[in-house]
Amino acid sequence: MSSANAASTGQQHPIGLYLKIWALLFVLSTLSYMVDYFHLQGLLRWGLIIVFMLLKAGLIVAIFMHMAWERMALICAITLPPLALLVLVGLMWAEADHTFLSRLLFFR
Amino acid sequence: MSTTSSSTDPNDWRGFVGDWASDKEAFRSVPWGKAMMWIFLLSDTFIFGSFLTGYMTVRTSTTVAWPNPSEVFALTVGGTSVPLLLIAIMTFVLISSSGTMAMAVNCGYRRDRRNAALLMVVTAACGATFVGMQAFEWSKLIADGVRPWGNPWGAAQFGSAFFMITGFHGLHVSIGVLYLLIVAFKVNRGDYESRGYQIVEITGLYWHFVDLVWVFIFAFFYLW
Repeated sequence: MSSANAASTGQQHPIGLYLKIWALLFVLSTLSYMVDYFHLQGLLRWGLIIVFMLLKAGLIVAIFMHMAWERMALICAITLPPLALLVLVGLMWAEADHTFLSRLLFFR
Repeated sequence: MSTTSSSTDPNDWRGFVGDWASDKEAFRSVPWGKAMMWIFLLSDTFIFGSFLTGYMTVRTSTTVAWPNPSEVFALTVGGTSVPLLLIAIMTFVLISSSGTMAMAVNCGYRRDRRNAALLMVVTAACGATFVGMQAFEWSKLIADGVRPWGNPWGAAQFGSAFFMITGFHGLHVSIGVLYLLIVAFKVNRGDYESRGYQIVEITGLYWHFVDLVWVFIFAFFYLW
């Protein structure tokens, strides 16, 4: 299961590992559904949603999509560019806040 | 290999093209098709990232209350209203399809092409079930009066964000189902016996990505 081995024979990993991750994804999905079912509110709700989301996304990318065993060159080429989206989110957040305040001032 | 570019004048067009095509490999021992699929998925990440950012922008900037997705997507079972029931089932179906897809990749690399094809067909069936449930959800919401320009419960932007984001995701799932069926057919026929079964992993990358996008849609659109 070493990276050199995985590279030469293709990404071959035991089915047991996939089944464990599958079960874990089920548990995490149930937990995130519970957040809504029990009407958690405020920071606790948002925090839990984000934590469960990131855990699920990480497991899918790392294990199911085999990113954990790829070369660092590929890992960086694919996972770093999306961070630019955080800049977009930051800019649009400020913009949306400004729009919201303007609407409160002029359109109510 | 490296002599093709140096054999021509480096400052004419032939040399220019030779330099850029001189068989340099950034992702050594990563199959070409896999690297290209990853780069396609990277571009798709920006598409969905931009959609979700747009959704954040309209939801943050509206002065009208946002409809509560927990109530909008509730289903009535046996007289009681269960929040987000259909969405939860859709989530589990899609995760299960990711599980069978991962097992298909394993079978492919073990050269067990019958089971690889069978598991890919099961994956496609889960995907088709997902799209079917989404069609049901869309019909229900349209019957309730949700339109891209308005809805009975609150902020008008709810409908446009919903139809845009889930519609684009559903399109990805539908194309993925076709892609899976075509590759499963070719795998079963033995087209890849000599070339190897990287194709199953590459198809799997696309499929897992569809599941990955749903994780973010589920968190930001349905739960937030």
